Amino acid sequence: MATATTPAMKKFLNDPADAVRESLAGLAAAHHDLLRYDADAQIVVRADAPVAGKVALVSGGGSGHEPLHGGFVGRGMLDAACPGEVFTSPVPDQMLAATKAVDGGAGVVHIVKNYTGDVMNFKLAAEDAADEGITVESVLVDDDVAVQDSLYTAGRRGVGATVLLEKIAGAAAESGDDVQRVTALARRVNARARSFGVALSSCTPPAAGKPMFDLPEGEVELGIGIHGEPGRRRERMSSARELAGVMVEAVVSDLQAPPGAQVLTFVNGMGGTPQLELYLLYGEIDRQLREAGLEPVRNLVGSYITSLEMAGASLTVLELDDELASLWDAPVHTPALRWGA
Amino acid sequence: MITEPIVRASTITVWLTQAGADVRARGDYLTQLDAAIGDGDHGINMTRGFDAVDKALAGQGDGVLPGRLLILAGKTLVSTVGGASGPLWGSALRRAGRALGDVEQFDGPQLALALDAAIDAIVELGAAAPGDKTMVDALVPASRALHAELDAGSSLDQALAAAAQAALEGAEATVPMQARKGRASYLGERSIGHQDPGATSAAIILAALARSVGESG
Repeated sequence: MATATTPAMKKFLNDPADAVRESLAGLAAAHHDLLRYDADAQIVVRADAPVAGKVALVSGGGSGHEPLHGGFVGRGMLDAACPGEVFTSPVPDQMLAATKAVDGGAGVVHIVKNYTGDVMNFKLAAEDAADEGITVESVLVDDDVAVQDSLYTAGRRGVGATVLLEKIAGAAAESGDDVQRVTALARRVNARARSFGVALSSCTPPAAGKPMFDLPEGEVELGIGIHGEPGRRRERMSSARELAGVMVEAVVSDLQAPPGAQVLTFVNGMGGTPQLELYLLYGEIDRQLREAGLEPVRNLVGSYITSLEMAGASLTVLELDDELASLWDAPVHTPALRWGA
Repeated sequence: MITEPIVRASTITVWLTQAGADVRARGDYLTQLDAAIGDGDHGINMTRGFDAVDKALAGQGDGVLPGRLLILAGKTLVSTVGGASGPLWGSALRRAGRALGDVEQFDGPQLALALDAAIDAIVELGAAAPGDKTMVDALVPASRALHAELDAGSSLDQALAAAAQAALEGAEATVPMQARKGRASYLGERSIGHQDPGATSAAIILAALARSVGESG
């Protein structure tokens, strides 16, 4: 299914093998006030790290999801990011180097999206860190309701909730909360968030040079993850209203929030869908969530956890409480998210 | 009386070099298999790892113990491959190396035990069972064939050839399976009908082992 004839790849690249490194160097050049890029260790670190006495947040995963994670390094969010090759988990050496670079003596939290490779590599890194006397707590993100039967799968994937979790846990750490509290808050965000994604097109990793799957004209993939992997099922393209309905139904039925619950609505672009469509989709989703008895009181609309240039969108709904809402509102200053600072 | 081939450090170097060359040569095929049910980079990632293993082994002088070479190769794979294959193959080779201990050379039964140690490491880390459509589906039949042939008095050459054949058949037998581990599991029933790339690279690596021991024995 991946061998369709494809047009030649047109991307802003030099050598495709250098794409990740050159992009990170560019990120650092643009935001040297916020972060630095250690090319030897292949990590992105907050400019003022380590912050003494502050719990440090480290995340990482394959590249191709920008601005996740490097774009979320800065005040009020991540202390370090470990970017792997495109759609490939980073290696334990990177995670250990990041952990040591940001450890301010108050403990380090690893934020791990639930993918087999990410989980294994972070596990090996946490063991290495423990050997060096650094306390590491790991928080697993697994919010994707498209993966239904976890007995027969690797479990739900970590997708949109990762962004919300990194923001909220980052605010807690910035405010001086201890490692147990930051970890508990992060787990609360994951427990109360659900996501579902839809692809309108495939995407082309630079090193592969051709699309990851072949999506015929007039069809959409429902229940996609963030690595260009095909979704759960394929259907005819339909209206934004109908697609919003599929996303809302999948998320709301699984979240099972009480009637009247206040929620944060995150409508995320997969990389190739313009803001015009994302806001159109948001309008539909906001209306349908209200019809379903929920009250959207916060939102985030834009491309924050992507699959290269894939056209498509995901919906994440987070059930809020006062504490989570206030941590969401707290100042943040990173390349990709900035308010109040 | 058959002269039993003995496995030495040089055999390990020949094997890993050969395995790297075979993975490199079949890289596009592995990536194609992965594109169907994964994320289309298995060949690229394994090639990156074996390139690094080649470099690491080239820096080793004579007299290094075979177990140490396996541990070095395992560490190198963990540090360079990423994904799930890096930790899995890395842990497998390290565990096999530790199982061999400080021996300078070893025979078939010791090799079979080292293979079992490697499989144990993979199962512990990946929690995969036979039938889950993973590398385990190639490795477990290979181990079974290796033990059976050695117990029946076959030469190590013959036993490893049988093991490589069993791994190949095991990889092919993943086609009708529904994946229960790794990224392919997200596809549910759509994973059926495709050969698992991890089982396929495992079969390639075991075939290289059979050839290397055959040549150096």
